[in-house]
Amino acid sequence: MLKYLIPLAIFLVLVVFLAIGLTRNPQELPSALIDKPAPTFRLPQLKQPDKTFSAEDMRGKVWMLNVWASWCVACRDEHPFLFEYQKSGAVPIYGLNYKDRPEDALGWLSELGDPYLLSAVDLDGRVAIDYGVYGAPESYIIDKSGTIRMKHVGPVMPEVWEKKILPLVQELNRQ
Amino acid sequence: MNNQMTRSRLLALLLLCLLASFAMAQVQTEDQPSDDPVIEQRLAKLSHELRCLQCQNQTLADSPSDLAADLRREIRAQMKAGKSDQEIIAFLTQRYGQFILYRPRVTPLTYLLWFGPFVLLLAGLLVLFRYIKQRRDQITEQPLTAEDRRRAEEMLASSRKETA
Repeated sequence: MLKYLIPLAIFLVLVVFLAIGLTRNPQELPSALIDKPAPTFRLPQLKQPDKTFSAEDMRGKVWMLNVWASWCVACRDEHPFLFEYQKSGAVPIYGLNYKDRPEDALGWLSELGDPYLLSAVDLDGRVAIDYGVYGAPESYIIDKSGTIRMKHVGPVMPEVWEKKILPLVQELNRQ
Repeated sequence: MNNQMTRSRLLALLLLCLLASFAMAQVQTEDQPSDDPVIEQRLAKLSHELRCLQCQNQTLADSPSDLAADLRREIRAQMKAGKSDQEIIAFLTQRYGQFILYRPRVTPLTYLLWFGPFVLLLAGLLVLFRYIKQRRDQITEQPLTAEDRRRAEEMLASSRKETA
């Protein structure tokens, strides 16, 4: 009897592993930057190119950095929700305009509206490399000490916002 | 005539598609080979060891994606600045994690990956040896009893008769 049960058991274990494998998203990589200091940068602002924006400016605040571009299709899905998130006042949302022509980016914002407090222009994607960006949109939650506490790859849909981001932001604000 | 019209229409459609693709374009960064052959050689070697993050089954060397081009440019710049291959790999793994390495490092986390197949091979060999040994024990020769010998001789005698 045991002789027949062993292959069956091995088969079942294999099924479980393969089933787990199927539910995971291979595009989603663990970020190497979680709990590491957010890379510093100083970039021109999209709407006021003579002014700059730096991660340092946000010291002492919990904030969200959202990497977006006008050529990024998934950013369009995320865009309407960003207004709601910003309006809720839970966390200030800043944009990092990734490898986008400023005129395209400005056109996109005037067409669809601008949910960001401001957007910084990363024209050549160099800052994005520092943040380990590999596909827009990506969102980072950075705490008061300037440490990256969470990264989300892909559009921040309401489910992610409510289940992952809001609780984390509330906890970080308490610290 | 009709044929020509469809052709010109097709051409117009094609142009429209092209236009749309321009509208969606990213800011292109130049992915120019460096004029230093040593750097190009090092880049070629290194980028075959690195994974493209966007198209995960391609190396950084083969990938046509924009991010891969950016990373190649970054690697060139760092090589020009005198960084060693080790330093550049450290720079990339700090940002993108171990995943960017096509050959994962041997760490406790990857022991299963590196040694798992050999453990399985050994386990298989062990099972095989035990099976063979067990079988050999089963088929050890048993001496013939007097009765067996008598029957065997009887059979032999009868077959000799038949052939004769």
